[in-house]
Amino acid sequence: MSKSRNLFFLSSLSLVFIFALAYNFADRNITKLPSEPRTVNAEYDFDLRIIAAANAANAPRQTGGPLGLGRKALDEEITAWDLDIAPDGTGLPVGSGSVSYGEEIFSEQCGACHGDFAEGVDRWPELAGGEGTLADDDPLKTVGSYWPYLSTAWDYIHRSMPFGYAQSLSDDDVYAMLAYILYSNDIIDDEDFVLSNENFLDVEMPNAEGFIIDDRDMTEYPVFSQDPCMEDCKVNVEVTMRARVLDVTPEDDGS
Amino acid sequence: MTRIKTSRRSFLKGSVAVGGAALTASTTANSSEPDPLITEMQEWAQFTGDGVDATPYGLPIDFESDVVRRNVEWLTADTISSVNFTPIHALDGTITPQGCAFERHHSGAIELRKEDYRLMINGLVEKPLIFTYEDLERFPRENHVYFCECAANTGMEWAGAQLNGAQFTHGMIHNMEYTGIPLRTLLNEAGIKPEGSWVFVEGADASSNGRSIPLEKALDDVFVAFKANGEALRKEHGYPVRLVVPGWEGNMWVKWLRRVEVTDQPIESREETSKYTDTLADGTSRKWTWVMDAKSVITSPSPQAPIKHKSGPLVVSGLAWSGHGAITRVDVTLDGGKNWYQARLAKPGETKALTRFYLDIDWNGKEMFLQSRAHDDTGYVQPTKKQLRKVRGLNSIYHNNCIQTWWVKKGGEVENVEVS
Repeated sequence: MSKSRNLFFLSSLSLVFIFALAYNFADRNITKLPSEPRTVNAEYDFDLRIIAAANAANAPRQTGGPLGLGRKALDEEITAWDLDIAPDGTGLPVGSGSVSYGEEIFSEQCGACHGDFAEGVDRWPELAGGEGTLADDDPLKTVGSYWPYLSTAWDYIHRSMPFGYAQSLSDDDVYAMLAYILYSNDIIDDEDFVLSNENFLDVEMPNAEGFIIDDRDMTEYPVFSQDPCMEDCKVNVEVTMRARVLDVTPEDDGS
Repeated sequence: MTRIKTSRRSFLKGSVAVGGAALTASTTANSSEPDPLITEMQEWAQFTGDGVDATPYGLPIDFESDVVRRNVEWLTADTISSVNFTPIHALDGTITPQGCAFERHHSGAIELRKEDYRLMINGLVEKPLIFTYEDLERFPRENHVYFCECAANTGMEWAGAQLNGAQFTHGMIHNMEYTGIPLRTLLNEAGIKPEGSWVFVEGADASSNGRSIPLEKALDDVFVAFKANGEALRKEHGYPVRLVVPGWEGNMWVKWLRRVEVTDQPIESREETSKYTDTLADGTSRKWTWVMDAKSVITSPSPQAPIKHKSGPLVVSGLAWSGHGAITRVDVTLDGGKNWYQARLAKPGETKALTRFYLDIDWNGKEMFLQSRAHDDTGYVQPTKKQLRKVRGLNSIYHNNCIQTWWVKKGGEVENVEVS
């Protein structure tokens, strides 16, 4: 309360008086006056100047740009987390693994869900087969029939598999498993094949050309942006399909 | 004293519940018999209720115990890598309570303490950085409401009407108010090198669920969130920090966000090649189909929310949303698309957030074929299933934003159907 009274009082002082005071206090106190005072009122009373300094330090930040928060990431830390592999092989470590060793560890580490021959168990994913089914009513999408890049499989196995024990495989194990998956998919015929970072980009994935970039803005948006009919839009409405007939909805007494 | 009161109360509660159910239907009809709920003294009007602190963090009252997430067991091999559904048929307004907002995990919901949280920004940046949770709290904060819809929402309906309930057909969606910081703030802190054109984002869970996002989007409205609906994120939604990618498919909203790498190419991870790509009738597949197009659904009446009253005033209500912007209009038909009416929007549509709509009708007690059709501010109008199938075939799985039909039968029962 008293401070605001002071402020009010000071604001009514004449400029001459203010400058006299300013000189006086500036001389007496070590703290220098800011070269461009933000406010006239608060500069020339000792108490008020302390308040002004504190306010300056606490003022809302005016500038954008970096705040200097966080710390530099160390190389060891980046190495530990930056594991992703790009389609051009960026990130791929040196290593290799054979089809035969891959078969062995696949059976141990993956067979329970994916089947010994990568054919899938229960509703766990099939990893092999399905080539030529993508235009069918029920396409079978596997590493062989669907995945466009081998890097994706290396990246995923290495980072997220085995399910429930991720990142427990060595780089060579991953090469070997992938060699076996390629063999299971008949992408590789040679059972002595060894997959490595050297020949990685030579493997041709069957569905590499099977993808197009989202084209809805060409194929759909113009068609679906017409003024719709509001009245007498159809003559007959008949039920053509019923969920009850299919009966796959979970039973629940609470619904 | 307390014990006696409790037991008397539970006894009365039981008897009232039975009587209450029988009486519900007669409340609007003329009645010659006085209503015992009015003429007889009720326990809640006589005895005291719970004190404060009975539940330091409150849960919905027992009577609402059916308003819960549900999953469809046959969809996936294991709940650890699965999805469940928001009970949208039983909710109103637009904000989804966290406790019943759908979950999607690829390696289960992990528990990660704030103290153990680290966020790395690396790749094509001037200075790779590590942030703690506390660091994130010191950046300028924003609040935004956005919907998060799984790309597979309504995916089971491509081939035909399958699941009998709005929760199951459209419940892979939630809408929350997020508090956090724009991703651009963190990227600018690290300094993006000129050759950077994508970011690769990943989570701290075993799946890591890595996704590539064009830098343009990352610098636009992508958001690093640590609060939802005012409180900490729930474990199942990525506590303590998740990514929010407004308008784009839910899979990109990486939970337990631990790393953002600036790259000069997309990584083409498993989640953006083998999954979340849309196979067309000729066997080719669309990739990078990130935006969730305009969509709507009537949440009530719907199979799990049948009409329980006789003819007369009826509230038809639903939700509409668009990943391109704001909902500007919703049309509703009662006769399977012969005639349409403009519904009333509860509030003007907000960009990339759910909009609630209502159509207040006088129901004649006869069958209806209810559909809703959303319009967004780009001029896009939600298509029919027939229109979508014409372009995409039946095997797209993802991004099914077709018009949904509910068949309301004479007695008020509702079924998921397709109509001519």
